[in-house]
Amino acid sequence: MLEVRDLRVTFGPRRKPFVAVDGVSLTVGANETVGLVGESGSGKTTVARSIVGLVRPASGSITYDGRAVPAGTSRPGELQRAIQMVFQDPRSSLNPWMTVASIIGEAWRTHPSAASDLDRLLADVGLDSSVAGQRASQLSGGQCQRVSLARALAVKPRLLVCDEAVSALDVSVQAQILRLLDDLRRRHNLSMLFISHDLGVVHQIADRIAVMRRGVLVEEGPATDVLGAPQHEYTQSLLDAALELNS
Amino acid sequence: MAESSSGSDDLLLEVSGLVVDLPGRVRAVRVVDEVSFDIPSATTVGLIGESGSGKTMTANALIGLLPDGAIVGGSLNWRGEELLTATASRRRGLRGHEIAMIFQDPLAALNPTQTIGRQVGEILRRSGKSRAAVRERVVELLDRAGIPAPAEKLGSFPHEFSGGMRQRAVIAMALAGNPSLLLADEPTTALDVTVQARILRLLRSIQEDAGLSMLLVSHDLRVMAHVAHQVVVMYAGRVAERGATSDVLRQPAHPYTRALVDSVPAVRTKTALAHPLPGTPATPSNRPAGCAFHPRCPLARERCRTEQPALRAVAPGRWTACHFAEKVLDA
Ligand SMILES: Nc1ncnc2c1ncn2[C@@H]1O[C@H](COP(=O)(O)OP(=O)(O)OP(=O)(O)O)[C@@H](O)[C@H]1O
Ligand SMILES: Nc1ncnc2c1ncn2[C@@H]1O[C@H](COP(=O)(O)OP(=O)(O)O)[C@@H](O)[C@H]1O
Ligand code: SF4
Ligand SMILES: [Mg+2]
Ligand SMILES: [Mg+2]
Repeated sequence: MLEVRDLRVTFGPRRKPFVAVDGVSLTVGANETVGLVGESGSGKTTVARSIVGLVRPASGSITYDGRAVPAGTSRPGELQRAIQMVFQDPRSSLNPWMTVASIIGEAWRTHPSAASDLDRLLADVGLDSSVAGQRASQLSGGQCQRVSLARALAVKPRLLVCDEAVSALDVSVQAQILRLLDDLRRRHNLSMLFISHDLGVVHQIADRIAVMRRGVLVEEGPATDVLGAPQHEYTQSLLDAALELNS
Repeated sequence: MAESSSGSDDLLLEVSGLVVDLPGRVRAVRVVDEVSFDIPSATTVGLIGESGSGKTMTANALIGLLPDGAIVGGSLNWRGEELLTATASRRRGLRGHEIAMIFQDPLAALNPTQTIGRQVGEILRRSGKSRAAVRERVVELLDRAGIPAPAEKLGSFPHEFSGGMRQRAVIAMALAGNPSLLLADEPTTALDVTVQARILRLLRSIQEDAGLSMLLVSHDLRVMAHVAHQVVVMYAGRVAERGATSDVLRQPAHPYTRALVDSVPAVRTKTALAHPLPGTPATPSNRPAGCAFHPRCPLARERCRTEQPALRAVAPGRWTACHFAEKVLDA
């Protein structure tokens, strides 16, 4: 379904570029959740931003159902709709002055064919219809993250790219959002690329896991293999640094 | 898990019935409500709780650093001395010397225009030590905080350090006054996970080697399990439960702690998704009547809606504020 091939992303001057992503290939199948882990700066966000078209890769290809996914705004509306991203900080990705209803309304104006019932959508992400009239600035972190999710789901995407989407949330709220993502994936047949620094959370939610270091994928495989019996020493070092609650 | 108790039974600080009222838009809001716990010497006490539960306000009340207009009540007994009625100069004198602090964001704690050596040595210089003695001690402190080649780093500025190195410099600065108590408010949340574990190990070994006490604020239960001897779990400004870390996390006596523990997935094995608590954390300004946790509690009964549970001993060293703690313990 989503296929990333030899993705290379550079920043900075053309003469002396900084290579943030250096030949990454990965696929996310229908109804599959792929976890992407690695220490900060390893290039996870850059991969995610390339997939949703916020970054223009230097080379490589991204295809979705066999069709090329061009960078940025040159992307056809239908593809824009199919791939949606949820960011780490729900507050900075929502306009604080806009009401929840207008945030969702804006998404529906861009993709009118997806427009449907607001109360239903809010209920889907566990929000009461009474928040529709509230501004983003009046909501809690967990509520904001639900609104971001609702905005992404409003346009009926096929693939959700979640970049540290639960990291800023309190544990009890994090558990709610994880449950919600898992339910949504079942009910709406979603695929997910799930980025997180919390190996426990990724282990829980992902079918497959890819491990990234300094712009390169060092290991990839079924979640239970990668975190249960890592093959690469870098994965092992990430595991060594991770604390368990009971040990 | 960290050892369940430390070598010493001496009390360094006894917090009893601590309340903090902050001025609100309409009326004052009680953000810390009747909080009681002890900090024995040579012991790490962890404050756990969700955002807004009052962890930072509790820690800041101990050193008298609260927002303007805050009203504090209760008692803070520091080695037999009541801190809440102590003079302002006595409390200032305590800060940085007997009680030192490390905050979440190392950048905010450092002056960008001063060298690391100067900042770490500040408190030593004020104590009237010679330049050579200060220099020697600063190198020692940086080394203790795990900064490689410390003598060469004296002239570095904070921006030349990575996040982890900055936090180490802040730790060295905190140790300079030779404190008995270190307050660490989310000292690793701003750092990369791989760095977090190293800083926590460092804090733990410093605590053990120097025999000092630490009040560690964190919402990360895994961190607590590894670093804290005792934990205090807060909910909506009150203590939900407290006790030895291994007891509390292995066998919670409060439904809220139970839910928190259940929501932390294992790393090395695949665990099923937790059954999340309904609703959102209560806030001090919007605190439900009775037990503040009742709208989210799977065990709530009629009594919980009207009667606020008192913090009571349910086992030796175990304190909990739940009407049905015995049921939770037996479950
Ligand atoms: N300067 C302030 N003025 C008014 N209210 C405040 C102020 N600082 C904190 N509060 C309120 O006091 C309560 C407790 O806040 P506190 O910072 O102690 O929470 P916390 O447990 O440390 O949360 P976090 O995990 O987000 O750091 C919250 O309801 C918060 O909104
Ligand atoms: N817009 C940008 N300009 C310059 N450098 C960038 C930009 N975005 C990311 N980088 C750099 O690319 C590398 C990978 O970053 P990122 O993809 O954000 O990593 P991760 O999400 O894994 O933490 C980092 O070194 C980062 O500083
Ligand atoms: S007192 Fe009642 S509502 Fe509160 S934690 Fe105990 S059972 Fe739950
Ligand atoms: Mg990132
Ligand atoms: Mg805080």
